[in-house]
Amino acid sequence: MPVAEHHILVDKPSLDMGIQNLIWQVTKKAFTGGIIGITISDRFCSVVPVRGDSMSPTFNPQRNSYLDDYVLVEKFCLNDYKFARGDVVVFSSPTHFKDRYIKRIVGMPGEWISSSRDVIRVPEGHCWVEGDNKASSLDSRTFGPIPLGLIRGRVSGVVWPPQRVSKIG
Amino acid sequence: MRWLRYLNQWRGTAKEAFEQVSIVAKFLCLIHVTDRYIISSTHVQGPSMLPTLNLTGDVILAEHLSHRFGKIGLGDIVLVRSPTDPTRMVTKRVLGLEGHRLSFSADPLVGDRSVSVVVPKGHVWIQGDNLYASTDSRNFGPVPYNLIEGKALLRVWPPRYFGSLR
Repeated sequence: MPVAEHHILVDKPSLDMGIQNLIWQVTKKAFTGGIIGITISDRFCSVVPVRGDSMSPTFNPQRNSYLDDYVLVEKFCLNDYKFARGDVVVFSSPTHFKDRYIKRIVGMPGEWISSSRDVIRVPEGHCWVEGDNKASSLDSRTFGPIPLGLIRGRVSGVVWPPQRVSKIG
Repeated sequence: MRWLRYLNQWRGTAKEAFEQVSIVAKFLCLIHVTDRYIISSTHVQGPSMLPTLNLTGDVILAEHLSHRFGKIGLGDIVLVRSPTDPTRMVTKRVLGLEGHRLSFSADPLVGDRSVSVVVPKGHVWIQGDNLYASTDSRNFGPVPYNLIEGKALLRVWPPRYFGSLR
């Protein structure tokens, strides 16, 4: 009888220690993984879903809410902010601070753009973006040229679903 | 037999090298996250914020949390990516939030003809403290809120002027 009691006394704290240790290890792993993931997605590339049909037929060619395209966004372009006409870019909305849009650059600084109303010149450090699906796209035709500083990455290809994997630009 | 031993030795070295590299990589990632999402130091110079910040250059600490939650208020000194040159950062003071109506003098050197504007949705009005030598919203108009990348908290250099910025 005394032996069994002794066992219980020894076992209980060591089990506690084991769980604590496990929690600590898992937290450490999750923290490290999170930091590495954030750094990669900020500096190198990330994968984001495309919502809506404003870029159809390039992305989301058929209306199908549960089969959104996932695109690879590269971030190297943010080191020097050099873009070309025809690049598809991800940018923060100039009017809603949490939204991000994916559109195509149609006009670079200094170029003349004819929108529906009049002809305007894209100012220095700005660009003119439009969706490929002109009919249902909220873009520079509504909010005007956007500063290049709002751009958060350049789309380099579709990575999901598998039958639509392709390169852009 | 001998090269097998070499191989084993080499494998040990490679493993150790890999561990060292991964420690360094994790450290760099930690620095990146701290710098981008929590706090970073910036060297600011130029005449545009003159009474508040020095002409010759101050080192300030900027925090990167409040602008992500939309907590930028009137009077905050913010770091903004310049709307005319995306590779440059400018330091200005927020003088108007979306929906605010404000008026400013069109050219403070010449006269006091004033212009009145309403800051559009999702934009802020930024202006330097030195009215006479600052390129700001009076030149390029209100800037999108999303161009804000940080809020200045403290001046850490020169040590004589250490303290919070208001």
